[in-house]
Amino acid sequence: MDAIILQILNGLDKGSAYALIALGLTLIFGTLGVVNFAHGALFMIGAFCSVTLAKLLNLSFETVDPTQKDFLGNPLKVKTPYIESWFGPEVGATIIDWSVPLAILFAIPIMLVVGYVMERGLIKHFYKRPHADQILVTFGLAIVLQEIIKFYFGANPIQTPAPDALSGVASVGGAVGLNIAYPIWRLCYIAFSLLLIGGAFAFLQFTTFGMVVRAGMADRETVQLLGIDIDRRFTIMFGLAAAIAGLAGVMYGPINAPNYHMGMDFLVLSFVVVVVGGMGSLPGAVLAGFLLGILEAFASTTWATTTIPGINQIIIYLVAIIVLLTRPRGLMGKKGVMED
Amino acid sequence: MTKTTMSRRGVLKTGAIAGAGLALPTYLSAASHAGFTNAPQGDTVTLGFNVPQSGPYADEGADELRAYELAVEHLNGEGDGGMLNTFSSKALEGNGILGKKVEYVTGDTQTKSDAARASAKSMIEKDGAVMITGGSSSGVAIAVQGLCQEAGVIFMAGLTHSNDTTGKDKKANGFRHFFNGYMSGAALAPVLESQYGSDRKAYHLTADYTWGWTQQESIAAATEALGWETVNNVLTPLAQTDFSSYIAPVLNSGADVLVLNHYGGNMVNSLTNAVQFGLREKMIDGKQFEIVVPLFSRLMARGAGENIKGILGSTNWHWSLQDEGSKAFVQSFGTKYGFPPSQAAHTCYVQTLLYADAVARAGSFNPCAVVEALEGFEFDGLGNGPTLYRAEDHQCFKDVLVVRGKENPTSEFDLLEVVEVTPRAQVEYAPDHPMFAGGTLGECNPGA
Amino acid sequence: MFGLTKKDLSLLGIVAILTMAAPFILNPFPTESAMAQFNAGYPDLMQKFVIFGIFAIGFNILFGLTGYLSFGHAAFLGVGSYSCVWMFKLLGYNVLPGIALSIVVSGLFALLIGVITLRRSGIYFSILTLAFAQMSFALAYSVLSNPKFNLTNGETGLQVYADDPQWFHSANLPDLPHLFGLSMRATHRMTLGGWEFQFNAGYYMCAIIMLVCFYLAIRIFRSPFGLMLRAVKSNQQRMNYTGLNSRPYTLAAFVISGMYAGLAGGLLSAVDPLAGAERMQWTASGEVVLMTILGGAGTLIGPVLGAGLIKYFENIFSKINESVLHSWFGFLPDGLEDFVITIVYPFVGKGWHLTLGLIFMLVVIFLPGGLIEGGQRIGRLFRGKKASKAGKSATTEPAE
Repeated sequence: MDAIILQILNGLDKGSAYALIALGLTLIFGTLGVVNFAHGALFMIGAFCSVTLAKLLNLSFETVDPTQKDFLGNPLKVKTPYIESWFGPEVGATIIDWSVPLAILFAIPIMLVVGYVMERGLIKHFYKRPHADQILVTFGLAIVLQEIIKFYFGANPIQTPAPDALSGVASVGGAVGLNIAYPIWRLCYIAFSLLLIGGAFAFLQFTTFGMVVRAGMADRETVQLLGIDIDRRFTIMFGLAAAIAGLAGVMYGPINAPNYHMGMDFLVLSFVVVVVGGMGSLPGAVLAGFLLGILEAFASTTWATTTIPGINQIIIYLVAIIVLLTRPRGLMGKKGVMED
Repeated sequence: MTKTTMSRRGVLKTGAIAGAGLALPTYLSAASHAGFTNAPQGDTVTLGFNVPQSGPYADEGADELRAYELAVEHLNGEGDGGMLNTFSSKALEGNGILGKKVEYVTGDTQTKSDAARASAKSMIEKDGAVMITGGSSSGVAIAVQGLCQEAGVIFMAGLTHSNDTTGKDKKANGFRHFFNGYMSGAALAPVLESQYGSDRKAYHLTADYTWGWTQQESIAAATEALGWETVNNVLTPLAQTDFSSYIAPVLNSGADVLVLNHYGGNMVNSLTNAVQFGLREKMIDGKQFEIVVPLFSRLMARGAGENIKGILGSTNWHWSLQDEGSKAFVQSFGTKYGFPPSQAAHTCYVQTLLYADAVARAGSFNPCAVVEALEGFEFDGLGNGPTLYRAEDHQCFKDVLVVRGKENPTSEFDLLEVVEVTPRAQVEYAPDHPMFAGGTLGECNPGA
Repeated sequence: MFGLTKKDLSLLGIVAILTMAAPFILNPFPTESAMAQFNAGYPDLMQKFVIFGIFAIGFNILFGLTGYLSFGHAAFLGVGSYSCVWMFKLLGYNVLPGIALSIVVSGLFALLIGVITLRRSGIYFSILTLAFAQMSFALAYSVLSNPKFNLTNGETGLQVYADDPQWFHSANLPDLPHLFGLSMRATHRMTLGGWEFQFNAGYYMCAIIMLVCFYLAIRIFRSPFGLMLRAVKSNQQRMNYTGLNSRPYTLAAFVISGMYAGLAGGLLSAVDPLAGAERMQWTASGEVVLMTILGGAGTLIGPVLGAGLIKYFENIFSKINESVLHSWFGFLPDGLEDFVITIVYPFVGKGWHLTLGLIFMLVVIFLPGGLIEGGQRIGRLFRGKKASKAGKSATTEPAE
């Protein structure tokens, strides 16, 4: 029983990342009708926002300590972060320790701007072009973005650890007689994703802005005829989708150290998630994200891999193939979307 | 090499230009009069440095390239001479190799066999490289080694840890200075016993490809000989980034040691995940739970950050060693680049020197002469103590370092501390050891 | 002649002359000159040009004509490579059985995958093909290389070992792939002044096969079958409403392009007998998409140009390292030299992916018809409006 719940948690955890990326992809597709292959890169840029913030906080001045030697036998240069010298070592160290949660605030404006620039500078010109062209140009953009990150940050992963207070293990389900230890940060990640997803849905459901956007998704022309500047709102939605992907990336950093190709790693799977959920369906994307995450977790258990060798490597694709062949529009897809 | 047959006439007929080209079919024959592929012309000799410059191992590749540039400098008599001064063989005089100035070309392996072979071929076919070296993974090393055997040039392997490189896939033209999975197991086992006792249950997570399998086999054999029990071995996909589903079952398996047969990004992520799940704080039947990473690399350790602290593993070389050779190398590398070299840089630097020295001693660039000079060569002063290039499989035998992630690093480079230097005698094995059986060196191939 | 119109025949003729004279054309710089870095006329790269040319021609038959964007074509390349090496292992090093088997096996594999994936179109088709290719890659990399059932030899790559049966191998044959005794590596070097030209048997075999493939592609493009495929691209629904079932046509196109890919894979093994699983990875599928788009999807010659360009980047640009840059810009004053190198450095050597990505984006944004369209636009600029019509139809227009 414990093992099953543990794998469900693992699945939810992985599914959170899939769901957040897929949600953004679907938002962009649903509003602008653009298939964005650079969405994985946005996830990666988010993670590197937190790397950058950690670097900024760690900006240091050097003092020479003659009592210690460096590896060449010269006097050691000791680095002290400015933050620590401004706020005192205690407060400074705490600020640095909490750099990942701080990076959330740091990343939101950056991601909104990145999304806005991307939409106005590039994607805008591709509304009328075929989907294949959109895929290709954003694919090229993804390569360029990831190479730029590699140029500045190197190819090796860079750790962005969670704050000490959140990096331990919590016991889950003690009240119902279960004994499960699960990393606190991963629980935070699940909770954070649920909040973000809930927030996005609430925003679309209960605000005027969201209502207009939904109306625009359903019938763009009529909304425009009513004199509403739907394009501007859709651009903002693109920024929001970028921010969601970016925040997913920031929060993912402590789980696995960010590296330049993490976007591509997630991109392919997120696309499978979107398609399984049904193109254009927001609940479908979220549902499929969590579902595939959990399936992947269970396929990785020893029991599954001994029954069918290699199942852990192909399960997602296998499910995608079965779903697409039995339910052509995905789990919750609507008629007439992407069927030209 | 090529036989004249009926069919060639057919080919001759097919196209006039093709026919003209084939009238004198020779096999990679830049200078067939010299009797071997790419005999150096004029007063220079070209070496090919084939390292990963894109893809996940690009940082290792960059460090290897730095080491090669340093080695070329030293061979040409520039800089402070580095390990040339401590090398036991004095055949090299700092005037290039055999009086020819050393030049080099670089290429990108992308850590893919195809790209690595394409890059090596362009060095051989276009740039006239007489030796190829480098690489940061075993698949690539084996692929390029096979190519060099066919083309008739020498291959000096870079970082490759699979038993197969000098086992099942060994080749007469290929040489490996780096250690291998078997040696990791043999060196780690006694330390594991003294640190963790002989009554342990090990759970293996293994990267699901050739290198992972050979290392897992080696470590399991070495630890089982101590009396450890191997509870389970789970294969993880290479592309895996989140290992939580593989780590979670470890908790309830009854195992009290987790062995991570991972390298690169896999290692960073699996170790990070294992620490997240609190494995290191766990007590199983009164024993502290431990994690072992058999193949350590400082560059990777940096990626793993805090998680590496206190974890045992093995490594080929570490910059903190205090022998004269290591000190000289760290001094000249550190002065030039401002940070200490990695083990990948070390093995590549040494391989270049060893090749140059073998040419100098043989008095010829002919691959067969070089093979003869390297086979059974005993040397010292290159940072690993007395070392032997064994003639039977072209594997270097030397001391192996057992290291541990440092608890209180003084700098961003000071991540590992040497726990023990396992003497060479302890990691030696017979050339026909079952883990290495199946391949033959074959004859050295000078090409042409 | 050959059932071609005059224009197609002259196109075929130009391609034939270009491929046959490639060793000269690709080596414009003397060996000792500083520009020799940019020479591409060595056997390995020339072989890659024509082999990936075949791959791209085949991909174009599917994507350029029907508009079905497959993100899994590398799977067929990989299957072809493996089949060919298996023939080497079992029968011996003669390349013909290997190449034949690689076409057959990849054709069957394409039939199987095509029957399933072609039930959907658009992005669903792309994702389905991607899923199949990724599954093939994952299985080839690990599961199918386990010691009990080693079909692919995993990470190391499938290769011929001394203890393989090689039933038809005899001592007087080369120990490398050969065509009835003519080694694929046989190279004749011709020195003319400062120049050196290499004529390689493997290259000429691949080049001739590519010409045959190119000829077949022209025939397909010009046939009623090709017209039908274009109809699928322009409006499949209307086609279906007229009572035509388009599935058999798309399936045929899919299988043909799969066989082209398999042939390319077989040739890769024939010139270099090692087949690795990473040939099947989705990035490899992405590469052939890049090639086709860069050159010009739907045109006959475009994909071949695109393949050449990408392989040139991969092999030539990636070898420009910092010391090469210093030797180029050494004539500049120190400060300026460093400045120029800082600007150029991110784009060459290990940064070649970045340059490729940028060029690709620029092409998709400004030249949806690929380099061919670029060439046509330049041609129109020079020749004025009148000549442009002739120029347009000499190379086929994108089939839209």
